[in-house]
Amino acid sequence: MLNKLFQFIKGAVHHITHGGRVYYMWVAFLLLLIAWGGYGYSNQFREGLIVTSMRDQVMWGFYIGNFTFLVGVAAAAVVLVIPAYIYHWGPIYEIVIIGELLAISAIIMCLGFVSVDIGRPDRFTHIMPLIGSLNWPRSMLAWDVLVLNMYLILNVSIVSHILWRAFHGREPSKGFVVPLVLFSIPAAVSIHSVTAFLYSGLGGRPFWNDAILAPRFLASAFCSGPAIILILLQILRKTAGLNIKDAAIQKIAELMAYAIAINLFFLGAELFKEYYSDTNHITHAQYLYFGLKGATGLGIYAWTSVAANVVALVLFLVPATRNNFFTLNVGCVLLYVGVYIEKGIGLVIPGLTPDTLGEIYEYVPTRHEMQVAAGVFGLGFLAFTVMIKVAIPVALGKLTYKPRDGEVLPAEPVEHAV
Amino acid sequence: MADTSPNPQDLDPNAVHGCASGGSCGCSGGTDDVSEADMDAPMDGNQVMGTYYDGGKIENRSMGGLALTRREFATSMGIVTGAIAAAGCSGDALEVFKQTRLREMTQPQVKEFLARLEREYKAKYNTDITVGATPPAEGVKFAYALDLSRCIGCRRCVHACVKENNQSRPNPEGEHNNPIQWIKVLEMEKEKGINLEEADPYYNPDKVPREGHFYMPVACQQCENPPCTKVCPVQATWKEADGIVVIDYDWCIGCRYCMVACPYGARRFNWAEPHLPQKDINPNTHVLGNRPRSKGVVEKCTWCIQRVRNGRYPACVEICPVGARKFGNLNDPHGEIRAVLENKRVYILKEDLNTQPKFFYFFGV
Repeated sequence: MLNKLFQFIKGAVHHITHGGRVYYMWVAFLLLLIAWGGYGYSNQFREGLIVTSMRDQVMWGFYIGNFTFLVGVAAAAVVLVIPAYIYHWGPIYEIVIIGELLAISAIIMCLGFVSVDIGRPDRFTHIMPLIGSLNWPRSMLAWDVLVLNMYLILNVSIVSHILWRAFHGREPSKGFVVPLVLFSIPAAVSIHSVTAFLYSGLGGRPFWNDAILAPRFLASAFCSGPAIILILLQILRKTAGLNIKDAAIQKIAELMAYAIAINLFFLGAELFKEYYSDTNHITHAQYLYFGLKGATGLGIYAWTSVAANVVALVLFLVPATRNNFFTLNVGCVLLYVGVYIEKGIGLVIPGLTPDTLGEIYEYVPTRHEMQVAAGVFGLGFLAFTVMIKVAIPVALGKLTYKPRDGEVLPAEPVEHAV
Repeated sequence: MADTSPNPQDLDPNAVHGCASGGSCGCSGGTDDVSEADMDAPMDGNQVMGTYYDGGKIENRSMGGLALTRREFATSMGIVTGAIAAAGCSGDALEVFKQTRLREMTQPQVKEFLARLEREYKAKYNTDITVGATPPAEGVKFAYALDLSRCIGCRRCVHACVKENNQSRPNPEGEHNNPIQWIKVLEMEKEKGINLEEADPYYNPDKVPREGHFYMPVACQQCENPPCTKVCPVQATWKEADGIVVIDYDWCIGCRYCMVACPYGARRFNWAEPHLPQKDINPNTHVLGNRPRSKGVVEKCTWCIQRVRNGRYPACVEICPVGARKFGNLNDPHGEIRAVLENKRVYILKEDLNTQPKFFYFFGV
């Protein structure tokens, strides 16, 4: 066992440290980002969150916006597994692995963004399940801690199992993987719903206090998550020799068209409610889209987001542009941008502006916040890069266990046809 | 109640004309002229004896089982910290790991904790600061009433509050300027009525009240159904038996979810290390109230818990030159609060949110 693990680690290190020029440059770039972000965070740790532009009026900002967006990515990555099963997309385990690794990386970034946002990171044990004093079941943040960690453990278990089996040249155990993968689907829905409830459960924040927020979160997640996966699949089939059929990619794109349409419909329903009823609660939407009392900081982002989503809908809806890889990729990028704004700053900032006593404090992230966020993104991308660099050779049978001379291996069980 | 507040009827609002909106005009009377004997006088007789931070005495709707787990953890952490200490760490650095929640401490532990705080403050501020832990008195439910027709917007309450409660002071020359005030006074136009979207918290005329305007000071409403305590992920904030919503500054992780949840903008965050010069320190403190705070934690109005649990009025009530502020025991049928509720027209801020504030605005005239 120890010998196998040692061989696995040796092989993994070999694959991580060996790659093309582009790979080395990419990793070096990510390491630089992490170092830069780490330096920014050390300043923040020393001086306090005053180096951000968050203040008592707008007490959550860029960090929590990124967190919210990335929970969606984590959730959507795994849900792709369903169509992969239904439509027999060929290398199903490879797609599962990519989805799960993306989910793991997204959760790492989520935890990173929450960690850099808290004022007393030295007290992190207080929020840990069992050893802390988690305010469960009353606090939605406590729920979020639980479901996110559960989701992380779930994904790590599935991927480890598949890869460990593949390392030994064996198929994954269906009895182990299938129930866990099926369970990971409601779990994915739960992490994003709980994150939405975090906001929608607050009576004092009318912009969020809205039953449609959780459905909107899910709909937008099924836009941005697959958008990332589509591009990843194209990169990986070129660089890592993964055999992904065009038909699979086009099927995902077709499903995404529904998600984009539903997401835009939800947005329209929300805007109708705000503008037709025209109550005092409209101030937040008004601030987001048109500005309030001369404060117009978010307008450009808000309209960029709407425009990006609408154009993406057209590109994904029309078969000609959907099946053309150039326009498809343009659509993916637009979708990513649209949802990133909508669920990040476009959700958090207008929810808090004007504040509960009507004051308008215009929040714009500082350089420090950008820097720290870049570091967290760097960390997540590096985690994904390193994991995928090991996982693909293992999955493709290029990195397998080689028994020592004379070692007796246990007989493989007969795999039954399914 | 103690008889320290000025008689509001005797004061002419015009007497404070000419006092700029700040409280720097030297009329800060009231805060210092109460004798030690008064301070120690119990509020309403029957103080709770026995273990104060016992959980049972404090309204706690969260899981009972969790607390046990925490205690078990404290024990096991003792072993872990012992191991770390053996590995060569210094004893002081380990305090953070040994820290348990105030609510779970037994009385001897609380005593030890308070002594440790006093030592730390002595070292940090070079001042003798006493940290008390007077528990809630039986049968007392505090409540507050503010007369909107009387308030003139002079902001003396704001500054008396800062002076009493050891908030971070302005520090324009320092690297970070992060002054904290718990009371925010909103100026509103009489024509528009109570409309928060039109309110101005930064009004700064030469004289108050300004023609055609009225003033609405807002601080913690000490809700009976507080959204802030519900959302705290680590149970670092809760409502005490006498109705005051408090924070364990040594347990708060600084996630600010409570601030997001509060519909009244009543909570403040220490974005930087608080700037509290030695000369400004109020050395009479309560562990859940005005003791000096650290960077990265949330704080809020506690109705001067260090005063009101010892039979005194909050600093804002004492300082108010027009007697717009009333404070007392909601359970006292002959008290000031009940008199206001029974005889005046009362306005509750954001009543539709069902936060059930124990802070009542009213129209005295």
